[in-house]
Amino acid sequence: MPGMGRLSQEQIVFVLAVGLCAVFAVALPGFLTTNNVLNLVRSVSILGILGVAMGLVVIGRGIDLSLVALMAISVAWTLSLIAGGMPLPQAIAIGLAFSLFIGAVNGWFVAYVEIPAIFATLAMGTLVYGFGRYFLFDLDVVYMPPAGEPLLWIGQGTLMGVPVPIYLFAGVCLAGYLFLRYAKAGRYLRAVGDNMLAARITGVPTRPTIVLQYVLSSLIGYLAGIITAASVASMNTRVAISTYVYDVILVVVLGGIGLSGGKGGIRNVIVGTLLIGVLLNGMTIMDIQYTVQNVIKGAILLTAIVIDTILNPRDEQTAQQGDI
Amino acid sequence: MAASDRIVRWRYRLVPDHLLGEILTKRWVDNTIPVLILIAVAATFGWLISDFFSMSSVSSLMRQWGEFTLIALALMIVMVAGGIDLSVGSTFALGNIVALTLITVAGWSVPAVIAATLACGAFVGLVNGVLVGYLRLRAFLTTLVTLIIVRAIVDMLLLKYSVAIAAGFVDSDLWYYFGEGDVLGVPFSVATALVLALVAHLALSRSRVGWHVLAVGGSRRSAHNVGIPVRRIICMTYVVSGTLAALSGVLFASRLGGAGADTGVGLEIAALTAAVLGGNSLGGGRGSAAKAIIGAIIVMIMVNGLVRIGVTRGGSSLLLGMVLLAAVAIDVRWLKNRHKFLSKVYVSPTYSELPEAPATSGSSPYALNDRLRPVEAIGLDQIDGPEDVILDEDDNIYVGNRTGDIVRFFAPDYTRQEVFVHCGGRPLGMAFARDGSLICCIGGMGLYRITQDRRIERLTDETSRSWFSIIDDSRLRLADDLDIAPDGRIFFSEATIRYEMHEWPVDCLESRGNGRIICFDPRTGTTHTLLKNLVFPNGICMTHDGQSFLFAETWACRVSRYWFEGPKKGTVEVVIADLPGYPDNINRASDGTYWLALVGIRTPSLDLALKMPGFRKRMARRIAPDEWMYPNINTGCIVRFDETGRIIETLWDFGGENHPMITSMREHKGHLYIGGILNNRVGRLKLDGVDPGWTGWKSYWGQS
Repeated sequence: MPGMGRLSQEQIVFVLAVGLCAVFAVALPGFLTTNNVLNLVRSVSILGILGVAMGLVVIGRGIDLSLVALMAISVAWTLSLIAGGMPLPQAIAIGLAFSLFIGAVNGWFVAYVEIPAIFATLAMGTLVYGFGRYFLFDLDVVYMPPAGEPLLWIGQGTLMGVPVPIYLFAGVCLAGYLFLRYAKAGRYLRAVGDNMLAARITGVPTRPTIVLQYVLSSLIGYLAGIITAASVASMNTRVAISTYVYDVILVVVLGGIGLSGGKGGIRNVIVGTLLIGVLLNGMTIMDIQYTVQNVIKGAILLTAIVIDTILNPRDEQTAQQGDI
Repeated sequence: MAASDRIVRWRYRLVPDHLLGEILTKRWVDNTIPVLILIAVAATFGWLISDFFSMSSVSSLMRQWGEFTLIALALMIVMVAGGIDLSVGSTFALGNIVALTLITVAGWSVPAVIAATLACGAFVGLVNGVLVGYLRLRAFLTTLVTLIIVRAIVDMLLLKYSVAIAAGFVDSDLWYYFGEGDVLGVPFSVATALVLALVAHLALSRSRVGWHVLAVGGSRRSAHNVGIPVRRIICMTYVVSGTLAALSGVLFASRLGGAGADTGVGLEIAALTAAVLGGNSLGGGRGSAAKAIIGAIIVMIMVNGLVRIGVTRGGSSLLLGMVLLAAVAIDVRWLKNRHKFLSKVYVSPTYSELPEAPATSGSSPYALNDRLRPVEAIGLDQIDGPEDVILDEDDNIYVGNRTGDIVRFFAPDYTRQEVFVHCGGRPLGMAFARDGSLICCIGGMGLYRITQDRRIERLTDETSRSWFSIIDDSRLRLADDLDIAPDGRIFFSEATIRYEMHEWPVDCLESRGNGRIICFDPRTGTTHTLLKNLVFPNGICMTHDGQSFLFAETWACRVSRYWFEGPKKGTVEVVIADLPGYPDNINRASDGTYWLALVGIRTPSLDLALKMPGFRKRMARRIAPDEWMYPNINTGCIVRFDETGRIIETLWDFGGENHPMITSMREHKGHLYIGGILNNRVGRLKLDGVDPGWTGWKSYWGQS
């Protein structure tokens, strides 16, 4: 990109986010107060955690469209189990096990049955939502029962004046960074995302690695779900069929993790989260209508994908037929 | 015959194993799984809900089906070109709200409303098309984003106009006709869907644009390399898809006259399920309007059936998700493994018991000798694979060559050669007609005539199709040898209808009657099949009486005689039933007897294997073709026999040192000229005590 100097997408987005911050700080009274900034980070920390989950999958050249649906249903199930009188740890264990199981099934479909990730997870999202609505609960919103109140601290508590979700976001980011940087499986994941055939030839267990990335994303997704439920004391399962998962993709793609896999890291997720957080917060303060917000987000996502395509053109040699 | 042998024989005679492989080679087999699912689904819901298929129930379902099929068609067209369009649901909703707003609030006339709405849909499609086709974005994510944006626009329009729409009234019969009218007793939306499906079918299967679309979906890179405007084609499919979705929205608007926030939500998942369930491949190249229709019917029955049973929304999305996953899984695995599976099941051996092989030693007429030792080589290393050899009245030699030429060696010393004609294919058996033109069976092409001035004319390359054969057997695959009756009719053999020419040894593994003898009549220009189910019919030779011909069945190791004239007309008689090897060409000898080439000698192991079809099937499935047990085709001999089947003499090359590979021989002026399909030369052997002036042409056409 000669016109832009040597800036990477990540740096451009960072500059954009800071610039937007500055504009909002000047134009919107009350934007740059400690309270609002903390609020801003707190409100996007869930999005950021989901972004880490999605980022790990995208780095491995996959995509997980069932992330939000799975999060909503497994956490809602946990809540309804607690409401039914089950001890808290046991309920959480069952919800987590369900989440991990679906993640593994996703991975199996992608790695072993070789269904394109986008389809497997799209269909799985629909399936999981239908499963929850049909078998598990009748109402859209499942409320946090009194027995689950110890969980509330995760979403609403503060530690040294800083909300707990921010710590959790930081923790997930750190864990993700360490995993990608130092764990053998993390390096395998990047190798598989970069060039799966080459990874397979060099002896990387590609299929188990792919399964692992979906299991990881369902694990992190469950954590994000618990935080969501704790901060609003309920879980709205309609989020499963909303466009929330595209916000998550927006964070990842905007941050500069190429959809063709193998590129980017946790830092990109943080930058992407920052920009989206600032944007959403600003739009909310400006009281822009929800549907218009959707159009704006869509337009930004589209622009991000166009830029992504121009910066990381699809490699016609390694792109497979039917890679849509 | 032992009882176990008899059981095996009947088992393979009664069960047509080979049909499975033949069915799998068919393109329409892709449709069988969707059709089976359709039948199962229809049966299930028909059984669960007693009046599911009653008239009133069906007619209300039909209108929805018409609209839904348009969406499925839209998705199919995009998918065939290798893309995907998730925005169809939103475009549908957009079409609905735009049409309603224009007709009730703006009060436009009906044609203007329809034109404007379709233009809206086409515009959404154009945006998708430019992004995916020209900018080469990922189709899935791009259309997902347009889905969100268009949905947001629809929501904004809803906020603004929904009250006005609900209050408005349309005073136009034409408008209501779309939603409630019938065309020839069929609901309008169904008629529209069927007509457009027919158009789509004709376009995809018959038109240049449709072929381009299929080519792009089949292999984008190759399509680009052959000069197809890939980007424009892809863009166009999205425009068509958007237009169809908007049209569906218009029909919906006319039928219900209302717009809600959930119009068309999740429609893309249902349409995607329909398209994939019908057998349209993700990633393109495979798809048709019929598949979209089948898929749409299945999904429509499932969704409505679940509603009728009283399953809530969650249940139907659970089911749709499962069905979509299963359909995609089957699609992916089927596409990936079809070829492997086909190559495993296509070879289907059958039971074949050969008579005891006669001895080739002692006082047997087949006793080994080395009479082929003095054979001289003509054109050594200059030709490749002269299956048949023939000489004209000027003593020039004509041989077929593997490169698709007929090569001529000039008399008298045969050191000079030229390419007589380049005809392509694999020239095999040859014969001279009365007018001196050369008739030739060309493997992979058919029956051809080469006139004396080297003009190549196709005589025939097809015969009548059998009524009940699954593979199309009208086209000639492996025309092998021919001979010409005194009245000019040409009888020729087609060795196998199940294999291409280069796979001919595989046909031996089957040892089924896959071959046939065909007659071409030059007076009428017609071709018809004379004898069917022959075991690799090969050489053909007119008998000296001109009323019958001899033919060899290679893998059955026998020579038979067929009468096409005279009192025995239409009968087949076995002349030699138990040859020690695999017979190839038969030709006349000067003393009224016949020469027969044995291309290879039977081995006890293969003879035994022929009685064990299961063994050969396992062999074909489990080990590589290079390791299969094939008939010996390296060492053979020449046999002379008479019409009663008596063996007069046998010519061997003992030890296989000089000229062991023999597929044909021709007697000409006291010499025998020997061809072999794997040889690099023509052999020439001086014969003792034969008529030195005898030629084949004179024997056939000289007397009259």
